[in-house]
Amino acid sequence: MDTHGRQDRPVLDVQDLVKTYGEGETAVHALAGVSLTVEAGDYVAIMGSSGSGKSTLMNILGCLDVPTSGTYRLDGVDVSELNESQLALVRNRRIGFVFQSFNLIARTSALANVELPLAYAGIGRVERRERALAALDMVGLANRADHDPNQLSGGQQQRVAVARALVSRPALLLADEPTGNLDSRSTRDVLGILDGLNAQGRTIVLITHEDEVAGHAHRTVRLVDGLIVADERRRAIDRQAVAA
Amino acid sequence: MSIFEIFGFALRGVAANKLRSGLTVLGILIGVAAVILLVAVGNGSAKQVEDSLAALGTNTLTVQGGRGGDTGYRTDLTLDIVKALQDRESAPDVKSVSPVVSTSQTLTFGDASYDVNAVIGTYPSYFSASNSVVAAGSAFTEEDVDQAARVVVLGPTTAAELFGTVDPVGQRVGIGGQIFSVIGVLAKKGSTGFNDPDDVAIAPLPAVQRALTGYGPVSSITIEAVSADAVAAAKAEITAILNTKMHVADGTSSTPYQIRDASQLLETRTATAETFTVLLGAVAGISLVVGGIGITNIMMVSVTERTREIGIRKALGAPRRVVLTQFLIEATLLSLAGGGSGVAAALIGANFEIVGIKPVIMPDSVVLALGVCVAIGLFFGSYPASRAAGLRPIDALRYE
Repeated sequence: MDTHGRQDRPVLDVQDLVKTYGEGETAVHALAGVSLTVEAGDYVAIMGSSGSGKSTLMNILGCLDVPTSGTYRLDGVDVSELNESQLALVRNRRIGFVFQSFNLIARTSALANVELPLAYAGIGRVERRERALAALDMVGLANRADHDPNQLSGGQQQRVAVARALVSRPALLLADEPTGNLDSRSTRDVLGILDGLNAQGRTIVLITHEDEVAGHAHRTVRLVDGLIVADERRRAIDRQAVAA
Repeated sequence: MSIFEIFGFALRGVAANKLRSGLTVLGILIGVAAVILLVAVGNGSAKQVEDSLAALGTNTLTVQGGRGGDTGYRTDLTLDIVKALQDRESAPDVKSVSPVVSTSQTLTFGDASYDVNAVIGTYPSYFSASNSVVAAGSAFTEEDVDQAARVVVLGPTTAAELFGTVDPVGQRVGIGGQIFSVIGVLAKKGSTGFNDPDDVAIAPLPAVQRALTGYGPVSSITIEAVSADAVAAAKAEITAILNTKMHVADGTSSTPYQIRDASQLLETRTATAETFTVLLGAVAGISLVVGGIGITNIMMVSVTERTREIGIRKALGAPRRVVLTQFLIEATLLSLAGGGSGVAAALIGANFEIVGIKPVIMPDSVVLALGVCVAIGLFFGSYPASRAAGLRPIDALRYE
């Protein structure tokens, strides 16, 4: 999905998002009214201690979970109004999700894992293979295409997961603590790839609790107890790259 | 995405977990094969009993002597009684009467010797009454009986045991030290499972009496009715004659003889065989239930175990329908592979004798076993998948 002609409209726009677990006295407000706008080409790090609601926010942004109240517009589309099969389409075409625990499908080759979103999108075998190989090449794992996940290191698995997230050319790349389970060298590899993707104009939102990781982003949003307490920008959005 | 793509996913899903798939297939295989084979064994034993009894002849009656009671008269079965029974006028429904003396003897031929089950002395009519067909050579004749000729017709088991590969017809054998000429060999009747009707030697009555048993009463009298329908009438006529001959008072409950009716025997044995089939059917039913629970278990576990995988697929944008179709196809493949190989295993197994019984496959049992097992496999393979596919992706992903 290209981003031409869409700079005027935010990729991601949430207003007053609330997520409550449980009911009555014992209710826990994981999100207590979060409003956030992310423009195309931005690189946002969401930070917060555990229990701050950052994972809940990420899951809602990834359409894996639904908010209790509030609106969520993705590329101008109100996601809360979509039905199950339209949501499947959104997850498939507009969002690339990278999990902390990689979540590759076991005993299935890296190539087949990366091809999966394309298969669900109904793309033909030949094009699928070409694009999946290109995505694996982009994360530097073209030579590991036929390896199963358990034959790859954690860093390599996460790079395969990144390839899988970006193969469908989504408007938004979401990463939930992508380096949380990785050693420092693999962390550098994965962040390097994300930096490169952003430099090419891809919009990225990632969760982390490490300042070093957040340092790669252009903008840092801090969550405490389900509310945004700080939102600071370090670098302007590279409009050049977005337009390219 | 096309159904072929989903089919490819399902195939990969099955192939990716060979051990799990193999165990599932094995579970279904055993369930299906056990049910089919058990029912086939029951059915086979019932068939066998029916066949062997039909071979004995359904229009024959056997009179056996018993305790004399206290009539004070001779109650042995004598040739005098045989003659009375042969009377056309008082017994119009009787076709033939064959007195039988039976004795266990050792047969010898050259250096070989063999203890035959029964040496039977009788009349030529016995061959037709007992459904004994002469396969090689010939039966003896009335003339042989009149001359007390020392000729013998051997059952196939006896002939094989004693002669091996040598052609018995025309050979001389020793029976209890007396020399008899073998003039014929009977065709095989098949075992009833309890004793072997093919293990006999049949000779003219006077020859057996003279050489082996002496001129006492006969052991039994085999009577052939003119037709199967006339058995009851013949039985009544025989009863009347025997009562007169043995001076049994009218209305006495205990008689010094017994008349056994082959069709009665047939009914009893068939009923027994049916009970056996019902029993085996119950065992098969239980094994179907147990097998079904096994299939349920392995399907539930293997699909529930993949709830996380379903969550991943949904997070990548798999529509619910596609996930469901994939798991339904996987369950179908496993169930059909298991069911098919179960039927194949049962068909192969049915070629072997199981505890002396040749199994006869009942088509109903194949349909039932296959249907139930495949239905269970399909339901419990797709129901947990449907449940998982209905979850929000995050709930499926968090599933442990």
